[in-house]
Amino acid sequence: MTEGDIREEILDILESIAPDEDLTQIDDGVNFRDQLELDSMDFLDIVMELRKRHRIQIPEDDYVQLASMKSTVTFLEPLMKDIERV
Amino acid sequence: MIRSASDDQRIVITGVGLTAPNGDNLADYRQGLLEGRSGVDTYHVRYVGDTLAGECHFDELKHQKRKDLRRGTRAGSVGIYCANETVADSGIDWSTIDTSRVGVYVGVTEHGNVETENEINEIKAFDFDTRVWSHHHNPRTVANNPAGEITLNMGITGPHYTIGAACAAGNAGLIQGAQMLRLDECDMAIAGGVSESIRTFGIFAGFASQGALANNANPARASRPFDRDRNGIVVSEGGCLFMLERLSDASRRDANIYGELVGYAMTSDASDFVLPNPEQQARCMRLALDRAGLSAEDIDIVSTHATATTSGDIQECKAIRRVFGNSRGTLINNTKSYIGHAMGAAGSLELAGNLPAFHDGVCHPTINVDNLDPECALTGLVINEPREKESVETILNNSFGMLGINSAVIIRKF
Repeated sequence: MTEGDIREEILDILESIAPDEDLTQIDDGVNFRDQLELDSMDFLDIVMELRKRHRIQIPEDDYVQLASMKSTVTFLEPLMKDIERV
Repeated sequence: MIRSASDDQRIVITGVGLTAPNGDNLADYRQGLLEGRSGVDTYHVRYVGDTLAGECHFDELKHQKRKDLRRGTRAGSVGIYCANETVADSGIDWSTIDTSRVGVYVGVTEHGNVETENEINEIKAFDFDTRVWSHHHNPRTVANNPAGEITLNMGITGPHYTIGAACAAGNAGLIQGAQMLRLDECDMAIAGGVSESIRTFGIFAGFASQGALANNANPARASRPFDRDRNGIVVSEGGCLFMLERLSDASRRDANIYGELVGYAMTSDASDFVLPNPEQQARCMRLALDRAGLSAEDIDIVSTHATATTSGDIQECKAIRRVFGNSRGTLINNTKSYIGHAMGAAGSLELAGNLPAFHDGVCHPTINVDNLDPECALTGLVINEPREKESVETILNNSFGMLGINSAVIIRKF
């Protein structure tokens, strides 16, 4: 997956986690929590979806890397670069 | 004696919020009962396959966001819908009240089966890897979930909990609410019962294994208490939460009062896991009558619990004969024949369906009786056609459940 693919994948996950939100205006450099109504359980949902969809295990200490779209994609790129986009 | 209580110990119903398989508010639901409109339909549940059930069709997004629906449970959503509707119906200005003085008491037959089955089904796709077991599982399955979701949705900071009472839960929730008002634990009690049970295959499979799951080519004809050709229970979901207040508070705000809770009782059979005990059911009804200071002859309508199992129907009829055998003016009906068995919601839904009789004077019938079981041929049983009564002043509502839990509540016209 490219960084663009990963971004699309995260958006797809966010669509299911935050179905009431408008995701078209997301600012990749701003923390999700500052622009979306997300709480700690929602972030666990992101971790869980990545685990289910791609068998990616994210250590708890790295959850902080999922703060914004930019940091998330940067963090995931080495973990997902060899995964083919379905 | 409840009837001798002062106004701050007398409990009245000032709001009704409900969803049933044949109506999402009291007016539609009542209309359905008077027209003989069933809410039972074909239904598919995983592993069991095609069966019948009573499914509710209320607008889930009326009081919740899509995210809330995703995070919470069906029982929570049913409860949230009913609680918001009962507040609206009560005429209480929610923006001005102290929500720390609101109590939420929700009867449930069971809770957590649906959510646990969902998770097991999910991890099955991952070779039972428990690392994909949802972090939402525990908040969804804690036993207080349906009541707790109501408090989260409505900003209620008073007490909340569920009352696990098998299929007597709808009455038990109502009784709990009344008791907490009398103890001054709250000023308003949102009380009754909810059920999400059609979302768990286990309840269908369990009844099927017990030989107690209804089937019929015509879904609307499947739930047939007292009929010789009945073949079991139609499982349903639903909810009904009442707004309960002390009479003194309700009078002060000039509230519309549906009726007064003048008597109630709960007893245990202590005899069998599933087979009901008519002696204890009769004792429960008598105890409620005694507490209300009423005799059997004073009751205008008995709303039966009968679920369309042979033994359950017959045992309840035995109990009713013992108490009401000499009461010629008492009419008897059954609401499960329309909506199936709404489990934790059954007691409160069935009571609610009868409350309008105080004003329209009509006892809705038990439907689908083509061939009355002689052992259920109760004097006063209203079959297939509504019956008018000169005056309906009192209703006794039965709700019984597994492990031998019995409940009866008596509501008097106000």
